[in-house]
Amino acid sequence: MKNGPDKKTIWTKKDLLGLEYLSKDEIELILYTAESFKEVTTRQIKKVPALRGKTVVNLFYEPSTRTRTSFELAAKRLSADVVNVEIETSSVKKGETLIDTGKNIEALKIDIIVVRHSCSGAPNILARSVGASVVNAGDGWHEHPTQALLDMFTLKSKLGKISGLKVSIIGDIAHSRVARSNIWGLTKLGAKVTVCAPALLIPPDIEKMGVAVTTDVDEALEGADAINVLRMQFERDTAKAFPSKLEYFKRYGIHEERLKRCKKDIVVMHPGPINRGIEMSSAVADGKNSVILEQVTNGIAVRMAVLYLVSHAKEA
Amino acid sequence: MSLKDKAFILDKDSMARTIERMAHEIVERMKSIDDVAIIGIKNRGAYLGQKLADRIEHIAGSRPALGALDITLYRDDLTQVSAQPIVHATEIDFDIEGKRIVLVDDVLFTGRTVRCALDALVDLGRPAEIQLAVLIDRGHRELPIRADYVGKNVPTSLKEAVEVRFVVPDGKDEVVISEKAD
Repeated sequence: MKNGPDKKTIWTKKDLLGLEYLSKDEIELILYTAESFKEVTTRQIKKVPALRGKTVVNLFYEPSTRTRTSFELAAKRLSADVVNVEIETSSVKKGETLIDTGKNIEALKIDIIVVRHSCSGAPNILARSVGASVVNAGDGWHEHPTQALLDMFTLKSKLGKISGLKVSIIGDIAHSRVARSNIWGLTKLGAKVTVCAPALLIPPDIEKMGVAVTTDVDEALEGADAINVLRMQFERDTAKAFPSKLEYFKRYGIHEERLKRCKKDIVVMHPGPINRGIEMSSAVADGKNSVILEQVTNGIAVRMAVLYLVSHAKEA
Repeated sequence: MSLKDKAFILDKDSMARTIERMAHEIVERMKSIDDVAIIGIKNRGAYLGQKLADRIEHIAGSRPALGALDITLYRDDLTQVSAQPIVHATEIDFDIEGKRIVLVDDVLFTGRTVRCALDALVDLGRPAEIQLAVLIDRGHRELPIRADYVGKNVPTSLKEAVEVRFVVPDGKDEVVISEKAD
């Protein structure tokens, strides 16, 4: 039998807003619970009745296919009912505020709101104004907690532990909520984190989060047990801080030549969708070190664990 | 709520003899062990399942398949229980399709745990049959469920609790009745 989390750890939060707000024990409880749900997702009947009678709404103010689909499948495999609110066709276009939208959703007796928003902190505001559970599916440049949790889950199942690992996060750190959530989670669990990007894409004071910083990708790769390669989000380049695609691939792209100089069993992660030939070559993305598709599979188990825990939160 | 031990039901030797008898009964009724699977309900039922499988192997000369079932996600009182149950993984590494299953738990009480376990089992496949083995039947059923193999019938009051302890993880083999201390 695998070791469980500290017996005294119970989940008391109605929301999951970010890994900044969680303790090490709470993160470990989510990862442990996700292992049980992983077993459920391998069954022929991939469904358990734990959230029967509950309703989950996916409220997405930004386009997303994989995260929304993953949350939808997670909720359905827990026997919850799922509603997807399409922002293009909703009252937001008519000027409704986030809080009003939340209160209206709550009046429909929804139990869990999964929200993605382009403004950092939007889920926090929503969580304060509704009684339903709020799960952050990505807010602005702030956090994307379930992505970081599934990255850590994948890492833990590949390498057996998180503590003591050297993990490098490579790419547009400044605009990346995935990077921020990973940094919070990995450092809390005792990993040594390095961030690597062109100077203009490294936010000031990032070292205060307890990470090493470099602009040299080969330095970031040296001795790393795992790398998390971020997508170049060209749609967010408002300050025109990005290098050209070709230049970026040359200086920061992960290709086979670079990988040859790394640890042989280095774990290569990417939150998707991949820009092939920009941040990563196809040979690496489809190669033996890549766990990119396992991340997608694990995402469902991790999100099942999160939905299960927030809906069964206990008073402290 | 604290509990204090009130009466001893089984000690180490009597528990061993009881489990030995239950194993004999299972072998007698099942005849062949080839398609039999012992599945314990976590946590205490899983330890008992292991002990039963060991004895059945000793008696019949072949070992039944052994698994452990976690029923947390199937409980009908998830929103009511005061202590938050931790979700553990089900550990059944064989196909239960067509198997003759002996479901094992330490104490049979209201029958609700067994009801959950039946739901959980049929989600894993379609066994040929499911039987139930419990070490202690303490009565007070709330569902139409009965055991095929019973270690000991113990009449209890609702104020009492029956605690089954095993060397792993509790330090010694024994069954006691305890009562809420006011």
